[in-house]
Amino acid sequence: MQQPNKLTPFFENINFERDDNTMVINFGPQHPSAHGQLRLVLELEGEKVVKAYPDIGYLHRGVEKMAENMMYNEFLPTTDRLDYIASTANNYAYALAVEKLLGVEVPRRAQVIRTMLLELNRIISHLFFIATHALDVGAMSVFLYAFREREYAMDLMEEYCGARLTHSSIRIGGVPLDLPKDWISNLISFCDKVEYELEHTYNALLQENRIWKMRLEDVGVLSAEDAISWGCSGIMLRGSGVKYDIRKEEPYELYSELDFDIPVSNRGDSYGRYRLYMAEIEQSIKIIRQLIPMYKDTKPQLMAHAPEYISAPKEQIMTQNYSLMQHFVLVTQGMRPPVGEVYVPTESPKGELGFFIRSEGEPYAYRVKVRAPSFYHTGLLQEILVGTYIADVVTIIGSTNIVFGEVDR
Amino acid sequence: MRQYRPKDNVQKKAYHTSRFYQVPTQPRFEVQKGSHFDDVVKVLGDFCKEAYISLNQLVVYIDATTNKEVLTLLRDECGYAQCSELSAIDYLAQDGEFEIFYQLLNLNNASRMRVKCRIKLDQAIESVVDVYKSANFAEREMYDMFGIYVNNHPLLKRILMPEDWQGHPLLKTYPLQGDEFASWYEVDKIFGKEYRDVIGPENRDPSRIDRYDTKRFSRVGYEVPFGADISEGEKPNPIEYSETVLVDYNKSSKQLDERR
Repeated sequence: MQQPNKLTPFFENINFERDDNTMVINFGPQHPSAHGQLRLVLELEGEKVVKAYPDIGYLHRGVEKMAENMMYNEFLPTTDRLDYIASTANNYAYALAVEKLLGVEVPRRAQVIRTMLLELNRIISHLFFIATHALDVGAMSVFLYAFREREYAMDLMEEYCGARLTHSSIRIGGVPLDLPKDWISNLISFCDKVEYELEHTYNALLQENRIWKMRLEDVGVLSAEDAISWGCSGIMLRGSGVKYDIRKEEPYELYSELDFDIPVSNRGDSYGRYRLYMAEIEQSIKIIRQLIPMYKDTKPQLMAHAPEYISAPKEQIMTQNYSLMQHFVLVTQGMRPPVGEVYVPTESPKGELGFFIRSEGEPYAYRVKVRAPSFYHTGLLQEILVGTYIADVVTIIGSTNIVFGEVDR
Repeated sequence: MRQYRPKDNVQKKAYHTSRFYQVPTQPRFEVQKGSHFDDVVKVLGDFCKEAYISLNQLVVYIDATTNKEVLTLLRDECGYAQCSELSAIDYLAQDGEFEIFYQLLNLNNASRMRVKCRIKLDQAIESVVDVYKSANFAEREMYDMFGIYVNNHPLLKRILMPEDWQGHPLLKTYPLQGDEFASWYEVDKIFGKEYRDVIGPENRDPSRIDRYDTKRFSRVGYEVPFGADISEGEKPNPIEYSETVLVDYNKSSKQLDERR
């Protein structure tokens, strides 16, 4: 028996065998397939999982606490660090929540750019999913190909906002910059490339691959009732046959004007979800292609006109005294949204990303709650893993597509 | 005179507010007759204490003791099948109460509503895990962050903070940088409380950089033996541009001669 003391704490892993013939193993927190800092305590009976306990919190940075101590504009770059695979989606969800609270109307060009960035970001995130999911399951080459295309997408992002991972590409009230020269043509060639690679590389490598199908089919089956009850959203929900996409059902930004389909799968297993990710990349490309002509018809205004909350454009600040004064107050004291609260859901690549903001009319939010899709998908693991084999655990974790920046916040 | 800082809310405050500043309020709308939300309010009946619409979402205030009945009713009768969010807001400083909100989603007609209730500081709330399984993690997080006890929860323990943590980080009384316990957490855990004096506040932070520390930091260009005490001043050692950086493989090379 162990004698735990301060320097040698109690290790659960020293005694594997328990009286009831089950074995307890620790999966993580440092495990390459755990997608970050997930610790799973699995109770095994032979090869079968009889109990799973996801232990999270290893990446807890107190983002919600920080939000209460930061001005609204100050907090925006922090949202990059939530789901660090899809930073723009986080920036956007936060900016949209604050805009709804303020009642600010975003100019059309900013809307077009935002939607483009969101969809580009969705492609980045989905390519990352395919890469890491295939790597978890054991297909190394897909990882290399998918990361190659992801690099091109991140080059586009870098050209626009200067950052590859933590974009902060969206501001409250619009976007900071117009699209750079030649960006659109680069975007078109990127779309062509991804479309080609999707058909000739990823689908050719995976879709009918016998090993891939054996590893994914009927693994991690999730029924529609469970998916709804566990708070699943995004592809986890649509993979179980529930056709619910926030872009379509509660359209925000320009999604009501765009023509795109919502792929749904009735399979409920990991393979169905993988097919949805592939189909969503196609839809994102379709959306981007529709946005390109829209961009040309817009006026060049990028930030909303709301002098009480949002600074005037730079030229105006430099030439007009009152704009400079407003800008000074907004930078030093921060904007003061009306008293009230708002919950705004958006469809991030992982699922429903919502920001609940309670404002007391102060420049600091009274309460910010981040509704992170991965948090609820991690909670689901304690049920979905039970009854599966230990070899499928990694597949199921990969299939839920959880990112720990978002789970732990 | 020292500035007055209230103890019950130590979060950051605006440093200046104009005397004539009028705080605007978000508009609230009545529930329209015949709409879906009107049906919801009718189904709730006496449970509903107050109802209004804010940004196309119905907000309903209920009594905290009836939360499970209300949510079961909403799930079964009104189609609110998903609880997408659940948490609390700390109003202890103003009213001595927590406000708990349940953000619900109806997937059939894409409508959202928020059920809110208030509990006192020493009051517990009934768990809704039986109604919505997503409440499992969310209620644990609420307990972890605010210390609100949830009755009949299958496993109510800390989720984001370590299990031996003291204090609840999202309370308004909890400072952003952490309290006394938080700052000594690692020292207490590894060495014991009695080592606080030995280690001292200057050493408890592992990311702290000490310019006289010759054990953990090398001093490029000013190399000293490992662990040497340099607090009294170190031997002057001006950076000399070393000749060996340019390796002269063949001394008679033309390029190297030119550079010289």
